[in-house]
Amino acid sequence: MAMITFKINRYNPDDERRGHCVQEYKLDVQKGQTVLDCLNEIKWHQDGTLTFRRSCRSGICGSCAMTINGVNNLACEVQALALKSNVVTVEPLRGYTVIKDLVVSLDPLVDGLLAVKPYLIAKTPPPTDHERLQSPEEREKIDGLYECILCGACTSSCPSFWADKKYLGPHAFLKAYRFVADSRDEGQQEHMEALDDKHGLWRCHTIFNCVEACPKDLNPTKAISELKKELVKQKMG
Amino acid sequence: MATIDPETIHDVEGVGVHNVHRHDVVVVGAGLAGLRAAVEASEEFDVAVLSKVFPTRSHSGAAQGGIAAALSNEEEDHLEWHFFDTVKGSDYLGDQDAIEIMVREAPIVVREYEHYGAPFSRTPEGRIAQRKFGGHTKDFGRGGPVLRACYAADRTGHVLLHTLYEVCIKNGVRFYPEFFALALIVEDDVCRGVIGWDVINGGIHVFHAKAVLFGTGGYGRVFKITSNALSSTGDGLSLVLRAGLPLEDMEFVQFHPTGLYKQGILVTEGARGEGGYLLNGKGERFMEKYAPEKMELAPRDLVSRSIQTEITEGRGINGEPYVHIDITHLGEEKIMRQLPQIHELAWKFLHVDCIKEPIPIQPTAHYSMGGIPVNKNCEVLADGKEKIVEGFYAAGECACVSVHGANRLGTNSLLEASLFGRRAGKSIRRFLRETREFPSLPADAAKGAIDQVNRLLSADGTERVADIKAELQERMMADCGIFRNPEKLSAMFDELRSLEARFKNIGIDDRSPRFNVDLIEALELCHMLDFAELIVAGALKREESRGAHSRTDFPKRDDENWLKHTLAWRKDGKITFDYKPVVITRFQPKERTY
Repeated sequence: MAMITFKINRYNPDDERRGHCVQEYKLDVQKGQTVLDCLNEIKWHQDGTLTFRRSCRSGICGSCAMTINGVNNLACEVQALALKSNVVTVEPLRGYTVIKDLVVSLDPLVDGLLAVKPYLIAKTPPPTDHERLQSPEEREKIDGLYECILCGACTSSCPSFWADKKYLGPHAFLKAYRFVADSRDEGQQEHMEALDDKHGLWRCHTIFNCVEACPKDLNPTKAISELKKELVKQKMG
Repeated sequence: MATIDPETIHDVEGVGVHNVHRHDVVVVGAGLAGLRAAVEASEEFDVAVLSKVFPTRSHSGAAQGGIAAALSNEEEDHLEWHFFDTVKGSDYLGDQDAIEIMVREAPIVVREYEHYGAPFSRTPEGRIAQRKFGGHTKDFGRGGPVLRACYAADRTGHVLLHTLYEVCIKNGVRFYPEFFALALIVEDDVCRGVIGWDVINGGIHVFHAKAVLFGTGGYGRVFKITSNALSSTGDGLSLVLRAGLPLEDMEFVQFHPTGLYKQGILVTEGARGEGGYLLNGKGERFMEKYAPEKMELAPRDLVSRSIQTEITEGRGINGEPYVHIDITHLGEEKIMRQLPQIHELAWKFLHVDCIKEPIPIQPTAHYSMGGIPVNKNCEVLADGKEKIVEGFYAAGECACVSVHGANRLGTNSLLEASLFGRRAGKSIRRFLRETREFPSLPADAAKGAIDQVNRLLSADGTERVADIKAELQERMMADCGIFRNPEKLSAMFDELRSLEARFKNIGIDDRSPRFNVDLIEALELCHMLDFAELIVAGALKREESRGAHSRTDFPKRDDENWLKHTLAWRKDGKITFDYKPVVITRFQPKERTY
């Protein structure tokens, strides 16, 4: 058990006078408590106005992505004591518009996603009485891609996105490659149409922030480099 | 009744012009049931989906182990075997006509998922891979466990949810993400739409519809230890009760045997399906005593009772209230390929490396078998029996068809949500082909919702929502959990009345309309208090033990008096009951052993 001071970024759109500020809360933290547990404790017993998204609290829904001690993560997956610090800073994900406290607008996340036509494009009709066949080796090619939970941590960490809010973002590229690499997909060009653009793939400068930020240990940068190769291949005909 | 001409719908009292929306179909809830219905209906009609969380955050995504279908991809299997297992698993309370439909359509639904692009794990031949799960057996229970659960590693719910979201995008489904449903508009047994709260911006919205579908999910959060998300608060059930409609079989709540100790987070039954053992404090595989044949792969109600008995009798690990699930013998390669998420969860939440050491687990509230009574076409039943509410549909965990009866088998929930979501979508299409006009809206349709929100936003009493909620969860766990007795249930009933009284004196801190989670949590608690009484009162009435409902004073199943479904209404704080017979077509009830 330890007393931790949480320094939390606050912003209430209905209180323009206060604007953006940092508020401190102290909490006795028990072993096993995650940062999300701590935020809930504060909200439930100290200050009901503290606002953040949360749902599954088991790392699969992606609601509680935020910046904890400077690092993007899911609050529900970070053990508070493991931070080994009696001061913990909690900020909303960077790069997105803040709606209130730790809640950010997901609009850029959805826009980037929609641009890559994020669904299986199959032109050959599937068999009527059974599944399409896909070998375990073919299926393995989308491991590390299909697990994305759309939490937004990667795109929030990306300097290209900070500079250009229309930049599609690593999450969108990861999703595009999840379909391009799927042996059943026949719409490679459709998925990649939006990528060869000033807000697209070429604005990735392989800084690898997205890889570091992903709470699910996925590798958007690798997906991006594979897509770049595909795009070059398409262009060279 | 003052009604509004459907052509001038912008005149709902107290609601701004831009906050009135009109869609052929309004779906509430973006889990598998809601999205599968949306996919189906959007092939032909204009569909909107309201969800209190962003669609891919819905709790279906947390399902791990698989979706059942007798595909025979890995070994011999038959629809009839799946039929029998589900009936027996339900402790004979499941309606056999509905179960028959489910097992017949299961292969179609699973293959459609594959056609939509879901990345299932594969067999060496390239077919959808299948694994064992509790209660799913060969040869009408005479053989061993059968490979029937179609899976994508241990992320099956995640891949199905994301796949449906993707198809919805493709089909142009209109999403209203982070909209919280406040009320259902039903008059004269005709459903006319839904009142919603825009969480992001604040504000009441009216959704005027020809058809409304509820896929609003379960309510594990009524209990202290639960596998469910913080948002699984059963909101839809409360809205249905308030519209004067009944709920069915609410006393049947499933406790999943393996939740991470203290957290309740799900450890998939797939862990046992892949060969995991349950061990008590003495290191014994205690399931030998309770289910000598099926062992760890007995159904959930039985395994949860066994674990609870071990704990109560002092055979937990070091006498503590948990036991172990041990998968170390599966080896690193298999664990990382088949159960990667379990490895991640055990490590992140308990700091246990399940490749090297067993995982501490305890039973966790997981699934509600009961819910909104619907017929096989997912039409909601106004009297719980035959009379339908026109234009109102429900599917998935919030609904009661009833395919799960008194106990659901693992992997039948993803199946039910998807399959009956699909059926609901098809019924809605049939209904809309014959329905040109929008139903009229009462001019004061939003009045109740507006009053409720205003009341809560200005609530300045001395009680905290969090305290009332914590007490509700703790007491429900202790007094209405795995084992029940009339003394505790009666005490719980009184407790609920006192919690309701306390709720009238709550205060909330956050008064701002925008992204007010304080308000949402108060609404959710109010919903849970609404229907929790039905769980307790139903459990008190049902003097027998069947499936997940286990009464220590009536330890046997009583087919003579209780082979029937409970229907319960709540009007002006008073509960009334009715009952209806179980549909039995093929399998006569017999003793249930594993």
